[in-house]
Amino acid sequence: MCLGVPGKVVEIFPESGTRMGIVDFAGIRKQVCLAYLPDIEVGDYTIVHVGFAITRIDEASAQETLRTFRELGLLEEEFGEEARTPEACPSPAAWREPAP
Amino acid sequence: MKYLSEFRDGAAARALAREIRETATQRWPIMEVCGGQTHSIIRNGIDQLLPDAIELIHGPGCPVCVTPLELIDRALAIAARPGVIFCSFGDMLRVPGSAKDLFRVKSEGGDVRVVYSPLDAVALARRHPDREVVFFGIGFETTAPANAMAVHLAKREGLRNFSMLVSHVLVPPAIAAIMSAPRNRVRAFLAAGHVCCVMGFWQYPPLAARHGAPIVVTGFEPLDILEGIRRAVRQLEAGQATVENAYERAVTFDGNRPAQALLEEVFETTDRAWRGIGVIPQSGWRLREAYRDFDAEVRFDVGGIAADESPLCHAGEVLQGNLKPNECPAFGNACTPRTPLGATMVSSEGACAAYHNYGRLHQLQRA
Amino acid sequence: MTTAAHIDADAWTCPLPLRDSPAIVMGHGGGGKLSAELVEHLFLPAFDDPTLAQLADAAVFAPPAGRLAMTTDSFVVRPLFFPGGSIGDLAVNGTVNDLAMVGATPLCLTAAFILEEGLPMATLAGVVARMRDAARRAGVRIVAGDTKVVDRGHGDGCYITTAGIGVVPDGRSLSPAAARPGDAVLVSGTLGDHGTAILSVREGLEFETVIASDCAPLHGLAAALLAAAPGTRVMRDATRGGAAAVLSEIAGQSRVGVVLEEARIPVRPAVQGACELLGLDPLFVANEGKFVAIVPAEEADAALAALRADPLGADAARIGRVVADHPGMLVARTPIGMTRVVPLPIGEQLPRIC
Repeated sequence: MCLGVPGKVVEIFPESGTRMGIVDFAGIRKQVCLAYLPDIEVGDYTIVHVGFAITRIDEASAQETLRTFRELGLLEEEFGEEARTPEACPSPAAWREPAP
Repeated sequence: MKYLSEFRDGAAARALAREIRETATQRWPIMEVCGGQTHSIIRNGIDQLLPDAIELIHGPGCPVCVTPLELIDRALAIAARPGVIFCSFGDMLRVPGSAKDLFRVKSEGGDVRVVYSPLDAVALARRHPDREVVFFGIGFETTAPANAMAVHLAKREGLRNFSMLVSHVLVPPAIAAIMSAPRNRVRAFLAAGHVCCVMGFWQYPPLAARHGAPIVVTGFEPLDILEGIRRAVRQLEAGQATVENAYERAVTFDGNRPAQALLEEVFETTDRAWRGIGVIPQSGWRLREAYRDFDAEVRFDVGGIAADESPLCHAGEVLQGNLKPNECPAFGNACTPRTPLGATMVSSEGACAAYHNYGRLHQLQRA
Repeated sequence: MTTAAHIDADAWTCPLPLRDSPAIVMGHGGGGKLSAELVEHLFLPAFDDPTLAQLADAAVFAPPAGRLAMTTDSFVVRPLFFPGGSIGDLAVNGTVNDLAMVGATPLCLTAAFILEEGLPMATLAGVVARMRDAARRAGVRIVAGDTKVVDRGHGDGCYITTAGIGVVPDGRSLSPAAARPGDAVLVSGTLGDHGTAILSVREGLEFETVIASDCAPLHGLAAALLAAAPGTRVMRDATRGGAAAVLSEIAGQSRVGVVLEEARIPVRPAVQGACELLGLDPLFVANEGKFVAIVPAEEADAALAALRADPLGADAARIGRVVADHPGMLVARTPIGMTRVVPLPIGEQLPRIC
């Protein structure tokens, strides 16, 4: 129900009285309606659903969450089950699925 | 992609799954409300990563799946009218009505157009003043602000040739209905993260308290979903039933106030029929009196619609979590993605379609 | 080849008879004077071929040594011109690529046009100019053609069908039924460029960034691959339905399973962004300048090196392997290390909100 994609606001401009902007998603840019985020600024990240920015991403919070996940991931790689990272494709005989 | 790809890390996913496995001491049925979450779970294989103790029950959070059959038939009738440009999100094009779908109407000469945003439909109305432009306004609270803005702009600009066929459904009444159902097995809910971006989560504490079920606001990427489940399991094991926000980077308690303000101006609550489930009181939004001129149901008299659901279709049972898709007698024979009987087999995150596509590998692996 | 979305009408000047008709009319398909003028003043100068210029009912030439490969394709793309290509480029490259995929050296093409009454002459000239350039680049001749005109409203301006003939050297045999467990699955470059480019210029889905189609002739790249990896089982260009469609077909016809590693699938960041935004999977999005190849594992490294040495194959990657399990089924290892079935969509993939 909610395909929302994070992107970076790179431009803000009014269009017929409505606050619009250009949001960048990894190099692809789309015009987005910013009417629901009157305080968002260029450089902020937002989540866009059907052409509307619906929330501003709290980057500090995001970084904090990612830090926790990263630490969990590192611990897992060190002490968890043998991690399967897709490095250069090994030969078929060695290529087995990870244990469930 | 920033703030997307990082939440797909394999090692962290395994770590979260392990924590869930080590925390759960009994079987816990947990419902993810949002169809987008169902899609992510199936597409990423998250349910394969979870221990058997966690049973994921897929909720009715698929606006495509729950749009009433009668409304689909109305949409088809309007789209077939000469002079009408019927605009819709791509998801709706293959949803079967009683006899056909929008794709068929298009092939029979109807001007049916896929749009990415409701504003694109408004733009079409500006560009084609001689045509009636109708937008199929489906969705949960996430999409409602976009649809509200479209109608609001149309009214402000006096675009008399624009109208909207509205079928908005609301999450909290659906959760309440599921919780109150006599056969309910769901013990915790993953609330829909993007719905909560708009609405906040102030509506959930009374629900959690009344039914003793934890509700965790959850995102969509694998790590977000696993974290949501982890927090739900932690509460369940501790006998808690509170509302938690596991999507902190995007969701606040109050939600998006400017969006809620316009929603209040444009829509009013109404009883809404959910396809396959029935009427849930005060579970939908319709256009207020002040915007009734832009209501396509009023503008287009398409009366005499007799909606005929296939008697073989059990989508309702699936949507309520009472039936797994592969337990439905029609699954895989009379009902397939190619010949869907109900919306849950059509929609990209419909549980039936997901099981049909994904389930084959499971069966093969078990054999 | 230019990547502009506009036709370069300045590069073409209309000889006098055609100047009287700024647009295609029914008469241009009638076989009479108007038809003859169109051929003489537009098609012949553009394609500049001695056989074509004979204007006989059929082209006659001595059969080359080796086995003949023959193919046909129709092109109905809308819009006619898009970033990175046009229907004209597709019409030539599409057929050249089908020949290349069976290991043939493309020789010559026919081109049949169905034109809609009212199509501006300058547009047709632009399409034909692109075909001329693409044919030159691919080293093929256009030796026969036909033109029909349909009433206004009965065609998207211009439909083109091309048929092509090529030569396959003796001893070369590629088949979609030849994949074996243990083989490597390669892709010649980034996926999803063409389909996303087309979507991005369709009404309602416009982006502020230009995504260019990857439309290109692949016979040089294919030949380089076959030279480095003579044991190559099959090559398929990943057009409609994307890489997933052709790999599914190969899995079915070879009665093998195919396992993809999602993390290894090359996708341009902008294409990735567009697909995320629209809810599309790049595996299902059409390409017009990419192919998948199944090669024996021991030849995979040499094959990759050969592909990457060519500008058109710079992003070539090894994206999976052929297995004996789940015959006929294409599966993928997801970013979190789980395996999912890659199901074929029933029809066209549509942008979604859910």
